[in-house]
Amino acid sequence: MKRKSLGSRIVAAPYIVWSAIFIVVPLIIMIYYSFTDATGVFSLANIAQLGKYKKAFLLSILYAIIATLVTFIIAYPLAYFMTKLKVSSQKMILMIVIFPMWMNFLIRTYSWISILANTGLINKFLAVFGIGPLKLINTPGAIILGMVYDFLPYMVLPIYTVMTKIDRSLLEAAEDLGSSALDKLRKVIFPLSLPGVVSGVTMVFVPSVSTFYISQKLGGNKTMLIGDAIEYLFNLGPDHYNVASALSLVLMALILICMAVMNRFSGEDEEGVII
Amino acid sequence: MKILSRLYIALILVFLYAPILVMVIFSFNSAESVWVFESFSFDWYKELIYNGAMLTALEHTIIIAILSAVISTVVGTAAAVGIMAIRNKIAKSALMSVTNIPMMNADIVTGISLMLLFVFVGNIIGLKESLGFVTVLIAHITFNLPYVILSVIPKLKQTDAHLSEAALDLGCTPFKAFFKVVLPSISSGVFSGFIMAFTLSLDDFVISYFTCGHYQTLPIVIYNMTKKTVTPDAYALSTIIFVVIFALLVLYNTIQNKADKKGAVRI
Amino acid sequence: MRKIVSLLIAFILVFLPILSFSGCGYTYADLNLIGTYTREFEGTTLNVYNWGEYISDGTDDSVDVIKEFEKLTGINVNYSTFDSNETMYSQLKNGGVAYDVIAPSDYMIERLIREDMLANIDTSSLSNFNLIEDKYKSLYFDPENKYTVAYNVGLVGLIYNTNVVKKAPDSWKILWDKNYQDQILMFNNPRDAFAIAQFLLGQDLNNTDRPSWDKAADLLIDQKQYLQSYVMDEVYGKMETGEAAIAPYYAGDFLTMVENNPDLAFVYPKEGTNIFVDSLCIPKNTKNYDAALLFINFMMEPDIALANAEYIGYASPNTAVINNPDYYYYDNEILYPDEATLPPTQYFHDIDPSVRNYYENLWIDVKLH
Repeated sequence: MKRKSLGSRIVAAPYIVWSAIFIVVPLIIMIYYSFTDATGVFSLANIAQLGKYKKAFLLSILYAIIATLVTFIIAYPLAYFMTKLKVSSQKMILMIVIFPMWMNFLIRTYSWISILANTGLINKFLAVFGIGPLKLINTPGAIILGMVYDFLPYMVLPIYTVMTKIDRSLLEAAEDLGSSALDKLRKVIFPLSLPGVVSGVTMVFVPSVSTFYISQKLGGNKTMLIGDAIEYLFNLGPDHYNVASALSLVLMALILICMAVMNRFSGEDEEGVII
Repeated sequence: MKILSRLYIALILVFLYAPILVMVIFSFNSAESVWVFESFSFDWYKELIYNGAMLTALEHTIIIAILSAVISTVVGTAAAVGIMAIRNKIAKSALMSVTNIPMMNADIVTGISLMLLFVFVGNIIGLKESLGFVTVLIAHITFNLPYVILSVIPKLKQTDAHLSEAALDLGCTPFKAFFKVVLPSISSGVFSGFIMAFTLSLDDFVISYFTCGHYQTLPIVIYNMTKKTVTPDAYALSTIIFVVIFALLVLYNTIQNKADKKGAVRI
Repeated sequence: MRKIVSLLIAFILVFLPILSFSGCGYTYADLNLIGTYTREFEGTTLNVYNWGEYISDGTDDSVDVIKEFEKLTGINVNYSTFDSNETMYSQLKNGGVAYDVIAPSDYMIERLIREDMLANIDTSSLSNFNLIEDKYKSLYFDPENKYTVAYNVGLVGLIYNTNVVKKAPDSWKILWDKNYQDQILMFNNPRDAFAIAQFLLGQDLNNTDRPSWDKAADLLIDQKQYLQSYVMDEVYGKMETGEAAIAPYYAGDFLTMVENNPDLAFVYPKEGTNIFVDSLCIPKNTKNYDAALLFINFMMEPDIALANAEYIGYASPNTAVINNPDYYYYDNEILYPDEATLPPTQYFHDIDPSVRNYYENLWIDVKLH
């Protein structure tokens, strides 16, 4: 018995070594860069410079919150309606919803330009009726649309997964007790689906708050979100790695705080919901 | 209500597929534009054959996806088994927290921190170039591992610990007991971990962007293309990939449905 | 497990036929070469890092320069592109990637030389170097011509759509014209963007006076309300389709755009403009120095230089191209303007690192505004 458990623990050794070298050490190096200047001397100058990026942080958070909210509003009913379908159609719709994730997201995002541009499909269509052209591309709205579009499946999946696991008999009990459909949704389904919502929200919020591609392509390079700032600094050369590391560190802290807050909502859920 | 809900589902699907439809349509454009459709042609599919850079990148992407998925599945499954065997609560939760980092963290932070490590080490040992095939593979394995581990662990929790003990009592070596008893019962978790790893690796842009060096994967090449004029050959390639994956999914589902009907173990 | 394997095999089987196609299709051109090219580096890899859309690549029946070189020498060329001097510098500086041939602009070359990042090139060993026009040898950034071979020469100007802008503009001011709100594009890199503001303010492009840079930044911030977007090579699509009407960009690229949209026109604004020379160099951390020299010599071959000049559309420093009456842009007035009528031109210089850092940070202010 003892021999067996010892053997089992050893098989985790490669992973432990791996995660120490490729997860922990890189973070330590990043912290080191954040607190040194370009010559490697300890310095708080990078941290002092962060105030300059306040607007980038606030904008990133604002856009990410709006995008997450919109994604949730779209995804929740979708997941709910899906559970109402026949099992075979549920599977099919699920496949159709996840399928775009296998397509390169850069290309999918880029296609939106053809749709939203001043000379794009929507404006061409509107022009037939003598409307427009509407300004759709290169706006905050376009950036948020891009986020919602790219990350929608991440919201649908966990919510749907949790909903399918809800015990039918609970719903029947609620019906027997005379609950209305709305009450049933509010008092039974929603609380039970919360873990799915929480993991959906984090899975949409994190990539949204840190994106740089979407804001560049759909925002016309006119806004600088925090991801854009980090990317810009890294592309200027090693002299700027220190400030960029400090920004990354703050971004990471921000995400961890959001996670902690979200996990409060879902109660203790050690592994979260994964698909 | 039923009609309304179906209408809603349909609407969302239209939203999800509108850009993909645009992509497919413009891949058949005779003109060089992805905005103005001139007439139908297969020119861009032919043009694709000339585009060595894109096809090399596709090859790189597939190689990295397969290798990183296989390695992270093997290492990750072993890790999950090992983690479950750890009795020390603090050590266990510390390890789980570390495991969660690459999954929870923003890609850009993961990518940059790995790049800093690679460049740092490269400078120390005096490499002329520190980024390339090895680093992008390491990066992909690193972000794939948590997904494999977290899809295997729930299955391990479900399996009856007594089973493997029984196997050991009956004279199996621990190795044999794992392959004969444990692995079959967690195979669905291992499989979904593998598929997830493969998919994530295939689609990753941000982390590869910071770690790939000369070993450019398809998303990197596409990113460079979208910095200038995207010609429809990028759309043509994406359309081909779309069709291939779609066919594979349909194939996979029919196989699975058949297996379900036979009452075989479901993956 | 069997399913995984069969899934993968199916995947590979579907993709392999596509992959095996790569390489065929292109018919090699009939080139007359002056230089001699050994095959002693056969099988080695040469990493070339160049601007986007900056080499003749075989599309539209042009010569595929890379393929021709590979066929001639047996060297495998690994070709990648960048979209700003700074991105190129960053890649090179951190030691992440090694390149054998790069094509930076003047001021960046000055910086690379100063930071000891370039390898010497003995131009006497390049049989085609005598083809380079004398005025493009030993320029200010490489006074003894020890590191560079001029590749292209260019000027920045205004591109506009004559359907929208009826009267030909003559000043950078039009980029601040609210009549064209949301139709104006601007450079998405600090050096080029600041240069336009500096010309309008009558400043020297290389001044080190911080308040002057502040003023230029204010002007750029003021411009933001009129802009559709900041672009680099995205400008092609936007100007060719009529999505945008006015953009500052490189003259050579205008010639490519006008082929696809004849409504476009071009002007050198009266305040003055930036002139630049992009040159081929070999970074110090090259892994294939001799093959790099071979490649640079090949790029100066009359047939190759002609193919590049016609494909890229930039002015060539190569006499075999400029003096060839069959050259598509022979004596083209945009590429080879009469210097008497041309507005004043200025080169970029590598300026003091602290000032550089200063304007790189000002650009963030512009973007964040």
